[in-house]
Amino acid sequence: MDDGTVRQDRSGTDTLLDARGLTKRFGDILANDRIDLVINKGEIHALLGENGAGKSTLVKMFYGSLEPDAGEILWQGRAVGIDNPAAARDLGIGMVFQHFSLFEALTVVENIALALPRPGRMADLANRIETVSRDYGLPLNPADIVADLPVGIRQRIEIVRCLLQEPQLIIMDEPTSVLTPQEADQLFLTLGRLASEGCAVLYISHRLEEVKRICHHATILRHGQVVRECDPTLETPASLASMMVGADVAPVNAGAQKPEFGAARLSLQNLSARAATPFATALNDISLDLRAGEVVAIAGVAGNGQGELFDAISGEVPLAPDMVRIDGKLCGNKSITWRRQQDAAFVPEERLGHGAVPGMKLSRNIVLTRHSTADGLITGGLVSTARASALEKRIKKNFDVRMSHDDPEARSLSGGNLQKFVVGRELDRKPGVLVVNQPTWGVDAGAAALIRQALIDLARSGSAVLVISQDLDEIFEIADRIAVISRGYLSVAEPAAGMTRERVGLLMAGGAETQGEVA
Amino acid sequence: MFEAVLLTVITAATPLLIAATGELVSERSGVLNLGVEGMMIMGAVVGFAVANQTGSGALGVIAAIAAGMAMSALFGFLVLVLVTNQVATGLALTILGIGFSGLIGEAYIGVPGLKLPELFIPVLSDLPFVGPVLFRQDAIVYLSFALVAVVAYGLFRTRLGLVLRAVGDNHGSAHALGYSVIRVRFAAVLFGGACSGLAGAYLSLAYTPQWVENMTAGRGWIALALVVFSSWLPLRVVVGAYLFGAVSVLNLHAQAVEIDIPSQLLSSLPYLATILVLVLISANRRLTLVNTPACLGKPFVPDR
Amino acid sequence: MRIELVKRKERSQLMLLLSPLIAIALTALAAGLIFSISGHNPLIALYKFFIEPLTQQWSLEATIDKATPLVLIGCGLAVCYLSNNWNIGAEGQFVVGAVFGSALPVLFPEFETAATLPLMLLFGAIGGALWALIPAVLKARFNTNEILTSLMLVYVASLILDYLVRGPWRDPGGYNFPESRIFSDSATLPEVFGGLMSLSTPITLVIAVILALVLAKTLKGFEIRVMGESPRAGSFSGFSARGLTLFSFVLAGALAGLAGTMEVSGGLNQLLPVISPGYGFTAIIVAFLGRLNPFGIIVAGFVLALSYIGGEAVQSAMGVSNKIASVIQGLLLFFVLACDTLILYRFRLTRRWSAARETTHV
Repeated sequence: MDDGTVRQDRSGTDTLLDARGLTKRFGDILANDRIDLVINKGEIHALLGENGAGKSTLVKMFYGSLEPDAGEILWQGRAVGIDNPAAARDLGIGMVFQHFSLFEALTVVENIALALPRPGRMADLANRIETVSRDYGLPLNPADIVADLPVGIRQRIEIVRCLLQEPQLIIMDEPTSVLTPQEADQLFLTLGRLASEGCAVLYISHRLEEVKRICHHATILRHGQVVRECDPTLETPASLASMMVGADVAPVNAGAQKPEFGAARLSLQNLSARAATPFATALNDISLDLRAGEVVAIAGVAGNGQGELFDAISGEVPLAPDMVRIDGKLCGNKSITWRRQQDAAFVPEERLGHGAVPGMKLSRNIVLTRHSTADGLITGGLVSTARASALEKRIKKNFDVRMSHDDPEARSLSGGNLQKFVVGRELDRKPGVLVVNQPTWGVDAGAAALIRQALIDLARSGSAVLVISQDLDEIFEIADRIAVISRGYLSVAEPAAGMTRERVGLLMAGGAETQGEVA
Repeated sequence: MFEAVLLTVITAATPLLIAATGELVSERSGVLNLGVEGMMIMGAVVGFAVANQTGSGALGVIAAIAAGMAMSALFGFLVLVLVTNQVATGLALTILGIGFSGLIGEAYIGVPGLKLPELFIPVLSDLPFVGPVLFRQDAIVYLSFALVAVVAYGLFRTRLGLVLRAVGDNHGSAHALGYSVIRVRFAAVLFGGACSGLAGAYLSLAYTPQWVENMTAGRGWIALALVVFSSWLPLRVVVGAYLFGAVSVLNLHAQAVEIDIPSQLLSSLPYLATILVLVLISANRRLTLVNTPACLGKPFVPDR
Repeated sequence: MRIELVKRKERSQLMLLLSPLIAIALTALAAGLIFSISGHNPLIALYKFFIEPLTQQWSLEATIDKATPLVLIGCGLAVCYLSNNWNIGAEGQFVVGAVFGSALPVLFPEFETAATLPLMLLFGAIGGALWALIPAVLKARFNTNEILTSLMLVYVASLILDYLVRGPWRDPGGYNFPESRIFSDSATLPEVFGGLMSLSTPITLVIAVILALVLAKTLKGFEIRVMGESPRAGSFSGFSARGLTLFSFVLAGALAGLAGTMEVSGGLNQLLPVISPGYGFTAIIVAFLGRLNPFGIIVAGFVLALSYIGGEAVQSAMGVSNKIASVIQGLLLFFVLACDTLILYRFRLTRRWSAARETTHV
């Protein structure tokens, strides 16, 4: 790792975008502090940084959704004011959003028309979409309704939408987080082709392996400032990670010797559930045994039934009694409260609005999941404020939840701190069975490491831990066994040691489904 | 006899049709305005008062539309700018409208009104049966059909309609693409207000040309139910409005043929029918979920 | 220059307290404007409207009289609104409650015992609860929009009452007037505190205090709040949305029905075609002005009752239409809702239009 200049002067004849001293402040927070960034033509430029480092703010200024407080943007050597997304698109800047900017009730062609200044006749546009999408290896059917399409296809719509505007710069925010490894490879091919055609790509990703693989240059942000620039091909994922965090990231310790697994604590047997709404995924014949002492991870691309499976295991959606067993007790038709009383605990994907009530204080949010467990929070129908506050203080201390003042409303916590709180709230009980959906989604590296270590420690103390995650790095880091969910089918859980990314990818892309149908 | 029944059905259906069409546009943009009743009654009283003062029905209608829009602008300001709860604010609009109309209308109680003239469409109005029923109506009836046609075409065949539906489906995405969610919604809310005002004018200038307190008698609420009934499709609003028009004139005609049923029972039929229809529609979850604007009633604040 | 809203990180405790007061002040300002537009001295009119009724015993009694049903209905509605159940049919539940409560004295006028009155109150509560159960069951079972169904049932309820007093329940000795027979003494709610108020007022206050404790201290109260703010989190907590829909509607219906029975038994002493000056709707305003908190609702009920009495006062003293009262009530609700924005947001002046497009916390 070289200690070269923090900023490099790279502007020259090939310069496409040259940002100088961009600054943006929100209230007390300096989100971007005098950022300089140069993007050259035909370059795949990685923008790296932890959550909250200021990446989103920066690209929003490039895309015209935010206006800088200070600084200027030079586009092909000319100072420009990008007042709104339409102005950005006019310049030739396109954006593929992380949480797509699509309209589910509308068709593919309508979705694309909305982003074009002069879409022309719908029939002509549909033809163009078909041609361009096939040409780039991202085929689309223009008449499809978005709601019916899987996430991978939805991303194609976003990309084709950009391509139709003949962009010179495409901004991509975490594009591979919704793709299988194979789909990601296809995307990289498309990006490579675009770059060879002279189009630049500003690429935001947490996956440092792929950054090293496809990016030509990387800019690293920390606390709203550019801290480093480098050539990622000369770095390792570990060195990139330490540049982002500003310190070496300690690897999670899974324990030296192979753990002993005990009896099954959570059993799913032929768990099936119909889709509750037209937009939901049905669960098909899912079976899984979770033994004491182990962490089992369920991998899969978003929207393949993870949320539905979580709701079924937690008891928010009732099932037949024998579909779910906790420590041998039938509980498929029992309430979530009853399951908690059998020493199970649950952490949903959505922190705010599912795992916690935004407008309630943390001490009240503790009552949310622990009102009927053996915590003495309720006596004679009355809520004990004192007990709840004591628990809140304990969780805050043990899980390093940082807050501006004591016992604030849940909504005021940052994503990482709130996640530590909702995970800590359950871990604090030392539950026998813990089911957690996306334990470290959108959480900074430090907090993620803390949470992952806590999950492993819980399992090693004799509990069974089920982690549903879309993050393969995380899964390989903590899981003893790995299963894959695809369209509501679950593959057989296999020991993590024998699994490869390729194999997981094949299962994600439908292998789990055929396996489920054969079984 | 049959002609007469049909005529009353048309007059009973027209205000429902107009108000529901306006509300449909507002809801398609994602705004639930429960103040239809209040905007409608303000349209009725202002339309009546202005027509009465100026002697011009046309001016009355224009004033009623303006009154409906003014009310909806108030609603829009609270709901879109101050991000207040849409349900509560809609209720407030209704309560305010009923109160204000009572105050304004006090001077006009019992004052003979002015009825909008019927426009005979040349040639067509001379057709047997169809002519007198369909082509000898006042301008608002013709307008109501034009309105539905324009809204149906505009929503599904124009870019403006596409943007409106997009804003109602996902305001976050629309904002990210650079559309002004608040402006689009404000326009839709104003359109809804104009329609409600017009519907009110029809009540006090054509249906029963006089001012009676609370004369909307829940029609604004029925119009809201019609939007649900139509599953947000304009052409189905026509079907719903005429069905309800037919139910609500039963009372009138049952009395004529001297059927011995308590008049209160007949009067309650439109309300009971509304409940029945709502239950039937909502029991079919697939139908409602697919067409419901996904952002209906949800507050929008550009990125937290 | 443009004003923009900035979201606060947490609710402002100060504004929680201040916003209803600002709303009342703004309403008074607007009312003064309306008075002066209609050619009256706004200061005198405002005095007659808001202050004078408080200075005389009879008008104070009348205000308490009107506040009582408003508070009782408002308490029930608060539970509905806190749990995100939009019951706007309290007016109908009030009427049906009054009808149920009156069944005993109208159909069995000879049944005069100490049990008469308690039974009437019980029936009234049951009647209101049953009427409220209709939209609740439809919502829980079919997901039918409760706003529209509960409102439609208001019209149906008043038609039922109209039918009864003009038909089967008409007073046989009443010269064909549309009214029921007068209730006997044992069916009449007594006055207390030397005639200052009807027994209905202390009953209402006790219920409000109990409800306040339930909401603030118990798991049920917690459930109500959680479900209202975040149904998904509520279901995660193990609470049933359907169960709470039924619970809140039944409670609100029972309280409205009780209020209806106490109104006919304590004040009117008979059934008439119209028994409520819109209490069920005004109580919606009371609930919101009172911050959906029973103690707040007691104060708010008094303020709204004052507007009825004040309306009468300005009419008799200055010849202003008493319709001004309902205008002022409507304005008040508008201002309350608008001022509540200040609890979670603050205003900020920005220099340019474009800068206000978006505010982000990264």
